[in-house]
Order: sequence, then structure tokens, then C-alpha cells
Amino acid sequence: MTDALLSVRNLRVEFPTRRGILTAIDDVSFDIMPGEVLGVVGESGAGKSLTGAAIIGLLEPPGRIAAGEILLKGQRIDNLDAEAMRRIRGKRIGMVFQDPLTSLNPLYTVAQQLIETIRTHADISEAEARSRAVALLDRVGIPAAARRIDDYPHHFSGGMRQRVVIALALCAEPELVIADEPTTALDVSVQSQIIDLIKEICAERGAAVMLITHDMGVIAETADRVAVLYAGRLAEIGPVREVITAAEHPYTAGLMGSIPTLTQDNARLVQIPGAMPRLNAIPQGCAFNPRCDRAFDRCFKDRPDPLDRGNGRKVACWLFDEVGAAAKEKANV
Amino acid sequence: MSDALLKIEHLTRYFDVSKPWLNRVLEREEKQFLTAVADVSFEIKRGETFALVGESGSGKSTIAKMVVGLLGASEGTIDFDGHRMTGTAGAEMRELRRRFQMIFQDPFASLNPRWRVGDIIAEPIHTFGLMKGADVTNRVGELLDTVGLSAKDAEKFPHEFSGGQRQRIAIARALSSKPEFIVCDEPTSALDVSVQAQILNLMKDLQDEMGLTYLFISHDLSVVRHMANRIGVLYLGRLVEVADGKRLFSEPQHPYTRMLLDAVPDLALSGRRRKPVEGEIPNPINPPPGCAFHPRCPLAMPRCKVEAPHRVDTATGYAACFALETQPA
Repeated sequence: MTDALLSVRNLRVEFPTRRGILTAIDDVSFDIMPGEVLGVVGESGAGKSLTGAAIIGLLEPPGRIAAGEILLKGQRIDNLDAEAMRRIRGKRIGMVFQDPLTSLNPLYTVAQQLIETIRTHADISEAEARSRAVALLDRVGIPAAARRIDDYPHHFSGGMRQRVVIALALCAEPELVIADEPTTALDVSVQSQIIDLIKEICAERGAAVMLITHDMGVIAETADRVAVLYAGRLAEIGPVREVITAAEHPYTAGLMGSIPTLTQDNARLVQIPGAMPRLNAIPQGCAFNPRCDRAFDRCFKDRPDPLDRGNGRKVACWLFDEVGAAAKEKANV
Repeated sequence: MSDALLKIEHLTRYFDVSKPWLNRVLEREEKQFLTAVADVSFEIKRGETFALVGESGSGKSTIAKMVVGLLGASEGTIDFDGHRMTGTAGAEMRELRRRFQMIFQDPFASLNPRWRVGDIIAEPIHTFGLMKGADVTNRVGELLDTVGLSAKDAEKFPHEFSGGQRQRIAIARALSSKPEFIVCDEPTSALDVSVQAQILNLMKDLQDEMGLTYLFISHDLSVVRHMANRIGVLYLGRLVEVADGKRLFSEPQHPYTRMLLDAVPDLALSGRRRKPVEGEIPNPINPPPGCAFHPRCPLAMPRCKVEAPHRVDTATGYAACFALETQPA
């Protein structure tokens, strides 16, 4: 699609090590539309955060983008030099990290950090930047913003700090905000406040959000579409309601069944046997084949590409390929 | 009740968080105490899973540590199967200790990295002198089998296992002294959801097979709902409500429980409008007077600011709230 705000095309991230190259993200493609909230879920090591880091150009060496491209409004941003990338980062793509204590500088007041960021991206006076910063803090729900702006990060509680981080991410009015586990370090009652805030404030400013989390509940309540990653590969992507209520990929289905809910009564949770493979031992064919109870011979040979299932849904599973389905029936007979 | 395995009454724990003596003298400050657990009473029946939920700082883990004796109680009593544990020491305590075990949150920190898995699991057996020689090896193999690992894994070191497998080892260690009661302090919060499901299923199976009693501590309400027969909700070290498992979710009584339930993001996609949650947990060093929840409570009355509420019986258990008292019974 051409009108996508962000397009990730066949992204491949590699880590060269002494024992060979580890492919942490393998051939992942997706789009984010303007104003959309895309949820990215997966278990630890699935490559969620790395995808975010690759987009914003913050991959830690020796990690590198080995193939594919990332386009922001049609312009490639994966091959920019450090200076050009720095201008995009913060200005056009904002970032909210998991731990609000480590993403704020403890030695500067919140005012100094906000004003510095605003003035880096906009040519305005310090007084103007300050009044903008106060308005922003007020907007993210910090009481007595005009007074508290001169406090240091340690004066704020965890939830309030995350609000400051959100203000920082939004202060240059970016088109896209990448939120990497923004609520994982917070308590439930505060978590819902922060989720609502991110949703509201991005809708208000028309910013798209890439919400990276391991919590399906958060995705269910926040995202428009969801991408499920498994072992660095895209397993399934589609509208959030459809993926949650009628998951097609066996991994997504197992993942949904393994989450205890507040409304249903199951004596036992669905159990996916085993664990996600290590990056140096990803099996041939489909990465999920050792744990999949519906795997058949083709799954062990060829790797499935995301197949279009209509309505913007894609599923990387041979079960949904006509040839594959036929082969499976044959095998069963 | 006679079938109560664990009975806790008026359990309280303070921590001294004062500045050093000289600072106190120079700055003319009083000693400061943090009340982590305040006047908590509940009992756990044999064979049931009793869960404690609460946000960080609500005193969940402090209660767990006091129950297994890793921390002393400042006030109040803990009775295990009719034996008073607070104040008991020596041989009598040792015999009691065999009968309860603990599973910790972080399986990367709770297993000694320099010990082989077999030695880790055998330690309680040796400590309590339950078996000797080849019997121990056999028992370790059996235990590894029970938790879904293989007897050969006894030769390996903890770093060779994934998080879920390590938690299985921790469970095997907890089972090795043949306890009746296991305190599980956030046993799955360090694990991924698919692995969490494996561990929760394993814990339920073990309970059915061995008739274990669990004190299950978690901040995750959906996990607690899945596991527990009865649930206690903690707020700032105070037990605000105790109710039967599923009914806590269908008929929450205390306003804090309602707020907590409203705040949980759910998979059900019911489209319900969540009530925005107000405020954050106050500082436990200077908790609000009266009912600790009153600054955030939608039902707060003038009385809540001065008096601490007492326990009232509700349809589903009991709760501590004045608003429930005034309602016609």
C-alpha cells in the first residue's frame, strides 16, 4: 500500500557472533497507517523490541539490518546516516520505553529535559518552550504541572514518570510513536491510566502508535491491528478482534488459549508444549513445527510465507495454503 | 474451624526506615516506621488454594515471608495445623518447617548456579534427614519426572534450562520434603504466557495428586481467578476483602476490588467502558488516616477519614468498608 505511514519490507536483523550469524528478525513485513494503533505481541525473544529498535535506528552493534527496507511516508530511513536519523528520531518518530526511570536523566529536572527536546526540534525561545512543556505535562495528567515541572525525575512516582516520558515522546509532535512495553513496569490500576492516555493523546494528535507488549489484554483494549511474532518471524497479522476471537495460526490460537481470562471458566489452560527455539536452533521449515500439533510434512521442509486471508489478514501457515491443505488431507487418508 | 491448616490472626509487620541516629538528632526527626502489613487475619483450609492479590507495596510478599518464617512478625500470630509458629524455635519448628515449602518468583535467582540440579532438589531431603544413599537419587529422579523433566537432568546445572524448566526444578525442590503446604510467591510472573500456562497446569495437577494446600501470591487477577478457591485482596498492607474465588469477580464488594477489576485489560473484548481509575497508591510510611483507601474511593464518607473500618460479613466472604456496613443487610 502506498499511503502507509510506515512500511517495513522484508526486514532482516542479524547479529554476527563468533559461532555464526544469528538471525533475530527474519523477513518481517508490515505497514502502519496514519493514526492507527498497531500492536506487536510475542513472547520474550520473539523480536518485538528489536523490530522497534530497527525502525528507530537504535540497534545495538553488532546487530545490523541485513536486508529489507523501512519506509517512512515512502522515504527510506533504514540507510540514513546518523545525523539524518537523529533528526527523524524524536521529531517524526517518538519513543516510549518500558522503564521510565532509566529513560529519564536523573541529573536534570523534567523542565530541562522537556525544553531541551522541544528546542532541538523547533526553533522557539526558551520561555515559549517552557510554556509548551507545562501545557504538555498538564495534558498528560500531571497535577500542578507549572510547579512540578522543576522537579527531578525521582520526585515522581512510577506512573507519573511514565507520563513525563510520554510527554517527552510527544513534545515534537511526531507522526509515529513506538511504545515498547510502556506499562509493564506499572501496577494494574496505573497501567490502565497510561494505556488510556496513550490512546487518547495519539488520537487527538493523529499520531500512529506501534505498541509493543507481551500482554494480550493490553493489545485487545488498545490496538486496531495486531502482529504476532514468533522466533523473529511474523506468524499472523490482522484486525485485533479477528485475531483474538478467531486466531488462525496454531501458535496464536495456542497463545490465546493459554491466557487465563476474567470471564471464562476453564479447568485447564491450553498448553503449548516446549518453548520457543533459540536463535541458533531454529528448525527448518516453519519455526513453530516442533510445538505444533497440526504440523504435517510440508511444515518441516518449507518455510511458509504470510498468506493473504482477506480483510488485511495474513497468516504464515501452510494449513491455509490450498496446496498444503490438500497435501494434509492426503496424508491423513 | 478445625479444618484450617493455616490460621493468621492480627498479623502486623513494621520496618524501621529511620535515618541513622546522628541524622535524627541533628535534623530533629522522629523514628520512621513503614507498616508493610497491618492487622491481617485469614485462614487457609486444607487442600484449598488461597490467593493474595494486590499491587506493588501491598504487602503480599511480606506476608509470604512471615508465613514461612523468613521474616518475624511484629505483632499477631500464625498457627500452622494447630501449632503456634510465632515464637516457636528449635526442634519443634524444624519439624514444622518440613511441612511447608516456598516457590519464588524468579527462577534465575532462586537456584544456586554452582549446584547441580540433583543436589538442589536433594537438599531438603538431606536437611531433614528423610533418606540416604541411593534412595535419594531415585527420589530426585522421581521428582524430576513428576514435574515433567527427565531423571537425567539431575546431572545438569541450572543455566542449561529455560525459565519455565527452572521453575519446574524449583517446584521439584519444594516437593522433595513432602510438604503439605506450599507458599507460591508470584511463581509465573517472570515467565512467558505459554510457559505460564504449563506451570499453572502442573501446579493444579500436583495439587490434585498430592492434596497440597497453596498460598498463591500474584498481582495478576486473571491468573488468580484461574487458580484460587478463595481470594484475599490487599491494599497498603491491609486486607480489604476476602471472597470465594469466582464470586470475587462477579460480585466484588469493596470499592478497591471493583476499581482493580475495572482496571484489568481483558481479552474478552466486551467493549465495556472502563471507569477511569483515580490516583495512585499512597506512601506506606505516611498512609492516610482512617481507611487507607479513602483518598481514591468513590464512596468515601467523612467517617472513612477518621476511623479504620472493621471487618463485616458479605454475601461472598468479608470485607473492611464502612459503605458496606451502612447498606441494609
